[in-house]
Amino acid sequence: MSLFIDSTGFSYSRRILDALRVDPVLMLMLCILSIFGMMLLYSASGSNVDLMLRQLTRLTMALVLLVAVANIPPRVLKKISIWLYMGGVILLVAVMVYGEIGKGAQRWLDLGFIRFQPSEILKLAVPMVVASYLADRVLPVGWKELVVSVLLVSVPVLLIARQPDLGTAILVGSAGFFVLFLAGVRWKIMLSLGVLLSLMAPLLWKVALRDYQRDRILTLLNPESDPLGSGYHIIQSKIAIGSGGVYGKGWLNGTQSQLDFIPERSTDFIFSVFGEEFGFFGSILLIFLYLIIIYRGLYIAAHAPENFGRLLAGALSLTFFVYVFVNTGMVTGLLPVVGVPLPLISYGGTSMVTLMMGFGLIMSIRSSKRYLG
Amino acid sequence: MFKRVYLKDDFLESRLIRRRLIVSAGIVLVLIGIVVARLYVLQIVDYEHFSTLSDSNRIRIRALPPTRGLIYDRNGVVMANNLPAYRLEIVREQVEDMDETLSRLKHYIAYTDQDLDRFQLLSRRRRPFESIPLRLNLNDEEVARLAVNLHKFSGVEINARLTRNYPKGSHAVHALGYVGRIDVDDLSRVDEISYAGTSHIGKLGLEKYYETELHGTVGVQQVEVNAKGRTLRVLNETPPIPGKNLHLTIDSKLQEVAEQSFGEESGALVAINPNNGEILALVSMPIFDPNLFVNGVSYENYNELRDSPSRPLFNRALSGQYPPGSTAKPFFALAALEANVIDKDNTVTCKGFYRLPNEERKFRDWKKGGHGEMNMKNAITQSCDVYFYDLSYRLGIDKMSALLEQFGFGQKTNIDSTGERAGILPSREWKRKTEGIMWFPGETLNTGIGQGAFLVTPLQLANSIAALSLKGKRYRPRLVRSIKDNNTEELLETRVEIAGQYQLSKESNWTHIQDSMINVVHGLRGTAARISRGLKYKMAGKTGTSQVFGIAQDEEYDAETIAKNLRDHGLFISYAPAGKPRIAVAVIVENGGHGSSSAAPIARKVMDAYLLGKS
Repeated sequence: MSLFIDSTGFSYSRRILDALRVDPVLMLMLCILSIFGMMLLYSASGSNVDLMLRQLTRLTMALVLLVAVANIPPRVLKKISIWLYMGGVILLVAVMVYGEIGKGAQRWLDLGFIRFQPSEILKLAVPMVVASYLADRVLPVGWKELVVSVLLVSVPVLLIARQPDLGTAILVGSAGFFVLFLAGVRWKIMLSLGVLLSLMAPLLWKVALRDYQRDRILTLLNPESDPLGSGYHIIQSKIAIGSGGVYGKGWLNGTQSQLDFIPERSTDFIFSVFGEEFGFFGSILLIFLYLIIIYRGLYIAAHAPENFGRLLAGALSLTFFVYVFVNTGMVTGLLPVVGVPLPLISYGGTSMVTLMMGFGLIMSIRSSKRYLG
Repeated sequence: MFKRVYLKDDFLESRLIRRRLIVSAGIVLVLIGIVVARLYVLQIVDYEHFSTLSDSNRIRIRALPPTRGLIYDRNGVVMANNLPAYRLEIVREQVEDMDETLSRLKHYIAYTDQDLDRFQLLSRRRRPFESIPLRLNLNDEEVARLAVNLHKFSGVEINARLTRNYPKGSHAVHALGYVGRIDVDDLSRVDEISYAGTSHIGKLGLEKYYETELHGTVGVQQVEVNAKGRTLRVLNETPPIPGKNLHLTIDSKLQEVAEQSFGEESGALVAINPNNGEILALVSMPIFDPNLFVNGVSYENYNELRDSPSRPLFNRALSGQYPPGSTAKPFFALAALEANVIDKDNTVTCKGFYRLPNEERKFRDWKKGGHGEMNMKNAITQSCDVYFYDLSYRLGIDKMSALLEQFGFGQKTNIDSTGERAGILPSREWKRKTEGIMWFPGETLNTGIGQGAFLVTPLQLANSIAALSLKGKRYRPRLVRSIKDNNTEELLETRVEIAGQYQLSKESNWTHIQDSMINVVHGLRGTAARISRGLKYKMAGKTGTSQVFGIAQDEEYDAETIAKNLRDHGLFISYAPAGKPRIAVAVIVENGGHGSSSAAPIARKVMDAYLLGKS
């Protein structure tokens, strides 16, 4: 931390960061969040040091990748985006055919030396490809561009939703949607799309959603209807957060978390642990940190030298927001339970790496020549 | 013709994107605001609610059952205590292959299908980390065999729990009663909170009557559990207070002498200290082992006890009701003297039967051919029925039952135990109430020799003769002498209560009755003369015989030809030493024939043991 605060070394460290093409504000926030995350993971895992070390390894790897990605110039990113996209979609199809089944869904691809979820690639590839496609068109987007973009987005989204992985599908879908939104799809069109979607809602309810997904939505509306079954997660999570009160029960002292009442407490429900142990103040502080990151991302987008950068940085920042909103919304009982982790804090490798690479993209855009100049 | 051409204009486009970015930033702020508002509601507005829910998730209240109080006899001999009973228990989550474990266990220890059924039922109800009993009440050999081989099994444990134990087995069972597992009926009677964790409750006798004292006070443990219900630590504990100890009036040695004196016979004996109502021995024969009932009696054992013709489960001393027969005569004689309707020296000629004026029916004397000339003393000594027919006829039922009521007949003694019955003291009023018809003079005569509707319990009879020995002062009989609080070490004596006091109109009336009763034992022609040989103290007594079935007018009663279970009951009441009584005894030997041969020797043995310390 002294790297930034020390007044004599300030310009020096600034130069190092610039040389690494790293944005100091984002980097600082990401580091603070990661430290928070480690502390919380220690508590949520029941003081499991092994688990923390594994997460630390991933974090280091993710930070290295961040810097690596930050050093790829935007114009190269723009060029490779279509290949990345196509590769991702092919892998998705491969997963459908050969993939491994984990927790009842087919998401993993085992390449022998590494196991990963191709859907993670699409979290970056989809906004990249849509941004690169739209960057060269006249904005606001016309009908043709709209149709092409929607196709580009919906193919991987449907593939992912079929796995089924609703959380990732939402994240990928919204990333693509944000590019379109920023590229200026007319309000009228968005409105009519919205109306169309809500008209189709009953059909989607029956056809597109699986039983357990319908259950989750019904559970959200009335969790007490099945307190030991599908409602259990959400009830226990609300109890944990609510019982945290203003200041929380203290680090490692959350009874709901330490006594196993919160399921998935080191992954999707880690915010419940946070809310219980650090209370309302802690939660506000955490959300504030997230807000700074999102706004910094939007700021970089606004100051990017060209459309590709503007659209991509903006869309990635907003997708990051979706992570935060969907996760906090679901653990507080505002949204149905979908598998969206709390970014940079939940235990789990792939999402952490993807997120950091996303920030690498944003930093690459910030460092492009004209932006700096 | 012009075609509209759109040119890329970076300035306009960047302005468009910026506008959209600003809109997005606004939407982000609004949505984040919703989350913050939600957190505010959960963590600040509804904090109390969720805090309570969180605590009730993790905090459980466990009951700690108290240790049941012990029971001692009057000399400190342990009559009931608590012993660790060993049980074989299995912790499901520690067993890899349950079927294999169960079949392997069979090599070391026997268990029935009934055991297995209960085990499987509990397995479904209890959590995997809780131990579930497979076999209860392991004997020492089984414990040893298992303990040696326990290392071959994972998740199999031998655990001990305190269980009620009656170290002397069937000894004094009808005085003590017993405990058994709490059933649905019991639960509706007791306070559920104070019995949480308690598995046994007094079912009969003292164990039931003194349940409150013996049970103690339940303790409470507040524990923290995790989501699976496993206890992690104890937050708070109020230890249970053990039940109070009972010190009985019963003398275990005397009780044993009495039980042995019965031999194979069925019957009852109650020995009482006339001066304070303390029960010295309370016997009902045959006896049974109450330990069978503590952990649920098996069907075979229960059926055997229930169907046995000698009815061992029946507490004859308190619940058995018998015609008092001739043992009622001294009381009626006293009544006649007190009412001044008969002079003690007046005589009646006994020809073997009695006839009411203007009636054909003959009332027989037990002695064929009669006793001849009889005054009161001789009539009591030889138990002449005809004399008492005449006496009853002159006295009348009202005066008869009035005096006997004062000696406790026809009413409960209110002993501190359960199952006591009141017997029946016939009277005009009783007849009207129960049968709704008038009293017949013939019934007065039958009552006068202790037959007819007249019924007494052995306890009642003992208490009445005790009252007679004290000229009419009657105490409430007690089984418990003192109660010891294990917590405060305080010893609380039970109260000596006077149940009634008859005022003699003339002391000499009573003296005459006592003299007559001494004559029953010590006189040459006394019906109990055979027990007087070698008697070192002065005993007053009265024999009795009560009919099990009625004999028709002209039939003969012949003990030899009658089936054992239809033979008369033999009775004997007595106290000693006469004049300064220390013990009163009532004995009934079922189907024992005449009281002089069956019941009186038993009373002698008990009195010898008590007064002379001989056993």
